[in-house]
Amino acid sequence: MNFDILGSLPLIVIWLALGVVGIIIQAFVRSDSTRLVYGYYIGTLVTTGLLAAATISNQGTAFGGMVTLGGWAAVFDLLFCGAGVMAMLAAQAYLGRFNSELDEFYTMLVSSVAGMMLMAHARNLVVLFVGIELMSISFYIMAGFFRSRDKSLESAMKYFLLGAFATGFLVYGMALLYGATGTLDYSVMLKVIAAGTARFPVLLALGAVLLTIGLSFKIAAFPFHQWAPDVYEGAPTVVTAFMSTAGKAAAFSAFLAVFGVIMPMVKVASMTPTLQLVLAVISAATMLIGNITAVAQTNVKRMLAYSSVAHAGYMLMGIVAGTTFGQSAVVYYAFAYTFMQLGAFIIVGLLEREDETSLMISDYSGLYRKHGVFAAMMAVFMFSLAGIPPFAGFFGKYMLFYAAIESGFTWLTIVAVASSVISVWFYLGLIVKMYFSEPNPETHEANAGLAGISLAVCTVAVILLGIMPRIITGMLGN
Amino acid sequence: MNPALLTLFPLLGFVVIGLFGKWLKHEKVIGVVGSGAIFLSFLVAVVLFCDLLQMPEESRSYVSTVYTWIATGSFSVNVAYRVDQLSVLFALIITGVGFLIHVYSIGYMHGDKGFARFFAYLNLFVFMMLNLVMASNFLLTFLGWEGVGLCSYLLIGFWYDRKFEGSFITWTGDAAKKAFIVNRIGDFGVLIAMFMLFNIFGTLDYGEISQHAQGVFSMGDTAVTIITLALFLGCTGKSAQIPLAVWLPDAMAGPTPVSALIHAATMVTSGIFLIARTNVLFALAPATMAIVAGVGIATALIAGTIGLVQNDIKKVLAYSTVSQLGFMFTALGVGAFTAGVFHVMTHAFFKALLFLASGSVIHGMHEEQDVQKMGGLKKYMPVTFATWIIGTFAIAGIPVFSGFFSKDEILWNAYIGGGPILWGIGAIAAFFTAFYMWRLTSLTFFGKERFDHHSVHPHESPVTMTAPLVILAVLSAIGGFVGIPHVIGHLINVPNYIEHWLEPVFSSAQAILPAHVGEYSALEWTLMGISTVVAVSGILLARTFYAAGPERAHQLAARFSLLYKILWNKWYLDELYQMLLVNPIYIASRDFLWKVVDVVVIDGIVNGSARTIAASASILRRLQTGIAQNYALLMMAGIVVLIVIVLYPFFS
Repeated sequence: MNFDILGSLPLIVIWLALGVVGIIIQAFVRSDSTRLVYGYYIGTLVTTGLLAAATISNQGTAFGGMVTLGGWAAVFDLLFCGAGVMAMLAAQAYLGRFNSELDEFYTMLVSSVAGMMLMAHARNLVVLFVGIELMSISFYIMAGFFRSRDKSLESAMKYFLLGAFATGFLVYGMALLYGATGTLDYSVMLKVIAAGTARFPVLLALGAVLLTIGLSFKIAAFPFHQWAPDVYEGAPTVVTAFMSTAGKAAAFSAFLAVFGVIMPMVKVASMTPTLQLVLAVISAATMLIGNITAVAQTNVKRMLAYSSVAHAGYMLMGIVAGTTFGQSAVVYYAFAYTFMQLGAFIIVGLLEREDETSLMISDYSGLYRKHGVFAAMMAVFMFSLAGIPPFAGFFGKYMLFYAAIESGFTWLTIVAVASSVISVWFYLGLIVKMYFSEPNPETHEANAGLAGISLAVCTVAVILLGIMPRIITGMLGN
Repeated sequence: MNPALLTLFPLLGFVVIGLFGKWLKHEKVIGVVGSGAIFLSFLVAVVLFCDLLQMPEESRSYVSTVYTWIATGSFSVNVAYRVDQLSVLFALIITGVGFLIHVYSIGYMHGDKGFARFFAYLNLFVFMMLNLVMASNFLLTFLGWEGVGLCSYLLIGFWYDRKFEGSFITWTGDAAKKAFIVNRIGDFGVLIAMFMLFNIFGTLDYGEISQHAQGVFSMGDTAVTIITLALFLGCTGKSAQIPLAVWLPDAMAGPTPVSALIHAATMVTSGIFLIARTNVLFALAPATMAIVAGVGIATALIAGTIGLVQNDIKKVLAYSTVSQLGFMFTALGVGAFTAGVFHVMTHAFFKALLFLASGSVIHGMHEEQDVQKMGGLKKYMPVTFATWIIGTFAIAGIPVFSGFFSKDEILWNAYIGGGPILWGIGAIAAFFTAFYMWRLTSLTFFGKERFDHHSVHPHESPVTMTAPLVILAVLSAIGGFVGIPHVIGHLINVPNYIEHWLEPVFSSAQAILPAHVGEYSALEWTLMGISTVVAVSGILLARTFYAAGPERAHQLAARFSLLYKILWNKWYLDELYQMLLVNPIYIASRDFLWKVVDVVVIDGIVNGSARTIAASASILRRLQTGIAQNYALLMMAGIVVLIVIVLYPFFS
């Protein structure tokens, strides 16, 4: 078996850059400024992203079949690295304002990206687990990065406790799957399941549902979503921006692998008759709960956190549909959602004051007078999140809804449309605040700096993806 | 050459000026960027045209896919451009005339606080219009269709804070809304047609629909008649035909270059374009064709009569546009697609010229638009005057000027395709055209100076404004030579270029339509002679009438006061709509839809559901205790429920 060096390069580069070179730089190159590490890690992510883009068509496996190369995994790499770069561009000034700019932050961010990439590339449950944990532990640390702030610490602690709780089920599920099929390898597992030769069908079903539960926690789906608002609110805003987007996309890449490779949705029914329905109900409940609760929020970060919960519900529709189209809809939505949510959170971070104020929806009154560009961008993100054409969010929802209807889940689509309508309430509510309310005299100065690049990219991407959806869906060819 | 470049430049122009107009600051930079974008686009159109010329005639039509726009299941739409004789001709007109109007606008809009906004809108408009004509499918055309509607709205209401006296409206914003709403009625027709076509053909691609149309529909099928009627409803909206003509005169609330670009040269011809593009469908629906011809000729006549008595220089031109568009529809209705498109071209030249010249007059007269307060401007504005005269001769149909050839061809086709009555009405409308145009000329440029010399100092416009006038005047003068009718052509050995050029586009429709064979040259010469007499006598009559100023006309108006009042009030069309449509709708919506349906039913439901959601939100919010143990408890409960549900089938 040939070892595909080219295809493995994105993985190899980020691991070497992080685990070998990065540690040496931080250990031996002493400097009072974080610039070196900052630049180095941005370079790492850019290089990895470019390599991933170059290897999309280079499909195969490597490391003894433990990871898959190219294809969707590489497309996801692009998303993780892109989101990582955008978050880092926004992070430097943000952390600086809070006197918390330490170079460890960037290390943790890149290590979480490395974990996400493993999740997307995994073709073995152990690799998947390592990836999930690497990402999650990096997130726990980043959530608590404002060490002197109670909220940040509380957020990290809650995230860690509940995350550990969920991980227990995840591992348990993996162990049961191993017990039932005798393997941890995705493709072998698929063969066993497809042939119906699993030794303990009950354990197989139990394993599948526990794995689903573990992953549902990561995407913050009901009833495993309650950590999300608290953690997203308490964590530094750039961290929230990054983990609510790239982190969610990573969990969905694992979802796609589980319900695309290990047990394709068409096979699930013969295995556990109710699992697809369960996922559909989770999807419906997640978007309803997310959107309805978001209506009552007064804090922008919390509102966006609940909206992030709701969007996980939408994306689950593609998983439930289980068709190729549904899967590409999930990938497309992951991109669309990342750009719009990341952009929105970055603006929230820019307007946030050092004393943790200016986070209320009322603080956005008349924003367009003072920060016309921010308000306009925020409006674009809100329109897109609400699913209004021609922005990316509209097209993503269209694809997901279409996939669900095609697979016979019309009722789920009706729920999704209804909850979208509810979501218009708070998304447009923010726009109304920004444009039609009297300006808030206390709005402070805010300079975009490097974050401006991220915002420009997000805005352009949200518009461009909406007009030319094939940018994403065409990445894998037809 | 990739046809996508055609639309790319105006789009870039719009984005650059729209986003960075504030920073560009200098009018010159903005003007150069805006005009340059259109000029580059024009060059692309020229290259595409030359490419087509070099190809063998039968392959002068291809589709260039830019990218796949929507691809879900069985529904797939590409952003793809159809390059053929028709679309390239329209692209040349749009970008060529559009460029001149952009250059003119640099002078005309000088000092306006919305200078950058204006150019951004103009570029966006050209982008949308090009999409409309270049599209290879209905959906993309519809995008352009709606886009030009939007741009038209933005540009009519450009001076949104100014008063504007119109029918039942008082602000420029009202005029913009009127245009938009009236157009929406037409758009509804286009949508219906699109739905039906997709339902029948499973595609919205022009090529496929045209190809299969004859197999799917037989002559005069109800379905194809309904589809074409629905399309025609859209055309009456965009091209301001009866019954949807009322918006165009009020659209004069926009700056004059807008009137020239949108309401004379380009947007209003999109209705003609749509019928020309779907000619096969129309050829299969003779009933619709008859209606198109009837509506066209009626519009030509009625708008012409209204133009006879109006005093606002732009308003007369607006009605003349409506009337000329009526001529074009008449041509389409009798199956003379080429003649209709030919008149689109010459009309774009001379009507853009006349509007821009009127803009020059208005500019020189300090925003005065009433011709009764002008007079004798000839000596103050020699260039404007000279070009205006050429435009007037062209629109009136004086031989060798461009309008003569195109209008004559329409009248000739009306005669052989529709009969002497259709021709007769057309000739009367043509007479009116010549009359009201010379009336304007007399009142504006000749006779006594009726303006106040103390406050008004007429002056010639700057060169950025006069240069486009001169170029358009040249085109108006000689533009007709590409379409010299055969009876003349074979004497001097010049072919009818435009007919030959467009022939492949309409060949399948012509094959369906009844052919008119026979030897008509004596008749054609006779009719041509009559047209010339009609045009010249219209001018001469207007000359004797208005040489001394408007007084003689006032006496006549007093004598025929009833007729005068009807014409002055535009046949009471607006009043009729107000009475029959607007008021009933208004009353019904206020007393029933608003006070009952909205306030009671909808608000009840909405507020009720809103209260429900808000209430459930606050309940759900309370679940969010902030205590990690509670969260873990809910998780645990969820896990138990899920496991029970999933495992239940195994134990039942």
